[in-house]
Amino acid sequence: MVLKRIIPCLDVDAGRVVKGTNFIGLRDAGDPVELAERYDAEGADELVFLDITASHEKRETIVELARRTADNVFIPFTIGGGIRSVEDAQAVLDAGADKVSVNSSALARPELLTELADHFGAQCVVIAIDAKRSVSQVASPTCAAPPGWFGDAIWDVYVNGGRKKVESRDAVSWAREAVERGAGEILLTSMDRDGTNDGYDIELTRAVADAVTVPVIASGGAGTLDHLSEAISDGNADAVLCASIFHYGTYRVRDAKERLAADGIPVRL
Amino acid sequence: MTTRICILDYGMGNLRSVEKALEHVGATATIANDAATIRAADGLILPGVGAFPKAMEGIRELGLGELIAERRDAGVPILGICLGLQLLFDSTTELGGAAGLGLLSGEVDVLDSPGLKIPHIGWAPVRWEKQSRLVEGIDSETPFYLVHSFAPHPESDDLLGTTAYGNRFACAAERDNVFGVQFHPEKSSAAGLRLLSNFAGICAAVPA
Repeated sequence: MVLKRIIPCLDVDAGRVVKGTNFIGLRDAGDPVELAERYDAEGADELVFLDITASHEKRETIVELARRTADNVFIPFTIGGGIRSVEDAQAVLDAGADKVSVNSSALARPELLTELADHFGAQCVVIAIDAKRSVSQVASPTCAAPPGWFGDAIWDVYVNGGRKKVESRDAVSWAREAVERGAGEILLTSMDRDGTNDGYDIELTRAVADAVTVPVIASGGAGTLDHLSEAISDGNADAVLCASIFHYGTYRVRDAKERLAADGIPVRL
Repeated sequence: MTTRICILDYGMGNLRSVEKALEHVGATATIANDAATIRAADGLILPGVGAFPKAMEGIRELGLGELIAERRDAGVPILGICLGLQLLFDSTTELGGAAGLGLLSGEVDVLDSPGLKIPHIGWAPVRWEKQSRLVEGIDSETPFYLVHSFAPHPESDDLLGTTAYGNRFACAAERDNVFGVQFHPEKSSAAGLRLLSNFAGICAAVPA
């Protein structure tokens, strides 16, 4: 039996944890390693660090983050943001990270996923997908139903921290392709829900989880503990990613674990 | 003087996390593959991530097999982690098969988990099958973190821990001063640190 996981996510900008709404409006939430230690102590199953520093010295910043984390935190952790090559990945894995997450660099050059999987094994390779409901098929003069009304929702894929839409890619087919190319896990973020506390996009989560054979981490929108349960039981997610509800102390990881256990979901308590 | 534990470096996997976890529990950890450092250590850790046959090549090239056997005979505690546990056994079926170090009897084979995803990744509750100083103070069914596709088949006397993934499989073994765990104590939070602390205690208790 593999237990369902709760994964606090730390977006790191210039060495500080930040969190925004719908990918903008960032707000300081503390030192990444201090937060990470607290989450380990509270029972977090894994951690994800996404470095969003706008800098050309990216590799140094993520390697330093991985080193500082590995010095103090004894649960698996993933580092993303600025991994563009096997060498970049090697540097953060050597520093103590367990997995690397790639997003824009894999969309720019999908072979990267295969190269990473060949070198480190698929279990080290996370494909992060930033997905947003498409509005392109709304324009029907005779039917004003919103997208997805008939169960035919499409989610576009965005890169560069949600700033740029990728043409001719939808999230479900990209997830499938990424897994075929070597990704061992999917970190799936709903841009529509991110930072809103309105709950995960369950339809998106289920559409991707049912399309692939690897674990899916639901991300974007957690506001209450019910949302975490729903993502697992209705969205078929293997893990739930949370940021602001933990960073700002709305809930502790332990509260979330206890709620999932009470809902009959197997977790590590 | 603190307990000196040598983490054997044969070119496979993430050694830094093991080193930091040992330091966290108060041991002095050194990553090395030279005979002098290995002979000076109170305990050895054989880590490893990757494929068994390639790992054995690295061990052979460095002459580590004989050194490990020598230290085992001298009573020095040895802990294999993940692939390091598998290498302690006689042989594997991985990638056409290869001989192991033979410090524990039995073969390593792919997980028997019909219909389930391989590799098996994540937190799983581990059941202790016998008493051991290595797991003192850690409740049976405490979850540990695993990432693997293969598992050993130890002799029943050596079986220390099991977990279920489809079928139950061995995830910890012990014979005299040779210990091995399939899971990653350095990534298993408080329970993993306790196990490493116990190992350091076992190393410290051996007369020099």
